[in-house]
Amino acid sequence: MQNTCTHCCTKIEGLGVKFADRAVLEEVNLHLNCKELLALIGPNGAGKTTLLRAILGEIPYSGEINFLVRSSPKKKPAIGYVPQKLSLDADSPISVLDLIAAAIKRCPVWLGVKRSVREEAKAVLTKFSAEHLMYRRIGELSGGELQRVFLAMAMTPVPDILLLDEPVSAVDVQGLSLFYDIVSRLKQEYDISVIMATHDLAGIAPHADRMVLLNRTIVAEGTPREVFANNKLLETFQLSLWNISSLKND
Amino acid sequence: MIDTYYKIIEILFPFAWTQYAFMKNALLAMFFVAPLFALLGTLVVGKRMAFFSDVLGHSALTGIALGVVLGLREPFWPMLVFIVALAVLINLFKGLTQASSDTVLGVFFAMTVALGVVILSRSGGFNKFTGYLIGDILAISRMQIYGLIGLSVVVLWYWMFFGNNLMLISVNPVLARTRGVRVFWMETGFVVLLAVVVAVSIRLIGILMVNSLLILPAAAARNISGNMRAYTAWSIAISIVSALGGLVLSYYLGTATGATIVLFCAGFYLLTALGAGLMHRR
Repeated sequence: MQNTCTHCCTKIEGLGVKFADRAVLEEVNLHLNCKELLALIGPNGAGKTTLLRAILGEIPYSGEINFLVRSSPKKKPAIGYVPQKLSLDADSPISVLDLIAAAIKRCPVWLGVKRSVREEAKAVLTKFSAEHLMYRRIGELSGGELQRVFLAMAMTPVPDILLLDEPVSAVDVQGLSLFYDIVSRLKQEYDISVIMATHDLAGIAPHADRMVLLNRTIVAEGTPREVFANNKLLETFQLSLWNISSLKND
Repeated sequence: MIDTYYKIIEILFPFAWTQYAFMKNALLAMFFVAPLFALLGTLVVGKRMAFFSDVLGHSALTGIALGVVLGLREPFWPMLVFIVALAVLINLFKGLTQASSDTVLGVFFAMTVALGVVILSRSGGFNKFTGYLIGDILAISRMQIYGLIGLSVVVLWYWMFFGNNLMLISVNPVLARTRGVRVFWMETGFVVLLAVVVAVSIRLIGILMVNSLLILPAAAARNISGNMRAYTAWSIAISIVSALGGLVLSYYLGTATGATIVLFCAGFYLLTALGAGLMHRR
């Protein structure tokens, strides 16, 4: 597929976030292009989720975040967001169809979902290998299934930027590769920028265009191979040499 | 208009209890109160706000006390203003404190109940106000019925336009915000409606029972529903059947109507919980 988009990007300059006078993030500079999957890695408490929340506009920050959206440079970008594993009630009566139907149309789902919307929802879910989950309650889905449903929702309608906050922390091995494949395909197909905060270094490496090692600020940045060659990764994650070499060879 | 309704009821229910205007009024009121409570209850349960709505119900004591201090014979308006203000205040400050929301609500609960009881029990006069604790649906006036009808229209309108947004907020507020939902205003609108409905119903259902009527139909419906439509429909159905059953039974047993209705709802909860448990085991 041809890369048609060269005008959209996200520029983060000198970003800092403080919680009660404690700097959680400082001097973060990042430039993200469309059709790019950026893996955000770092130890617990490194500020990965905080960075995503700043991009979402959920928390106050210093510095600048500028979006250049393909349709209009001044427009706020549409952001698709897949949250970390949610603590949903097991008995929540909300069905997968309810969620997707609400993303497609404004009609109140508590009055029921029209056949036409149901078919549209099925088409959406099929793209995410989740059509068989349509009538299931969200409280009874596995971690992997739930993340695919939230991804389907985040992509309806197609956003400019897709933010994934440790989406695979509760996903089984099989669900993991399916999830990465889908995200890689989306990025290609829809020209979107993807930022994924993750702990799964080995899993994301073959799919990420760029990797950013965050620990309050950006410690290392580059292709996965370049970042893995950096000794700071070893220090930050305290990984064994064996692990690193297996990642490098990947 | 109301006379036509009286005639229809007498034809539909040719029993001794429909001879009385107060029973027919109570029946009409219940036809609006029950779905209203059921609808709001689906979100109260979905957002785990059972304790919040309980605090609103009990804070009525301070609202009534306020009316007494102001020297009013009918303390409805101070009570309404107080409950609405408290709902907005809690909603506003819940994000500003480090304490768990349970603790914050517990503090508000204790304060409003204690303050209300202290003022109302001055010189041993609390007995005059025990009517508010158990309520009296049979004493409903025509004006109150019209008020309930108006309130039902407003809540229905809110649910038609913002039902999806409220559902999304109950799943995850950040997720809802990224989809363009104005979470703070949606929630404020919801708690204000909830507070108004609670305030209006205190005289009818009673401080002790009002929260049960909110929680139980939705909780029972949750046991047997696989999507939002079933959840809402079951909640409304259980609420209406319990309201009618409780009203008629309380007439024959001579018991407090609100409490009898709540027992019906509780019966439905046990039944659905048992049914869901058996289905699960299979």
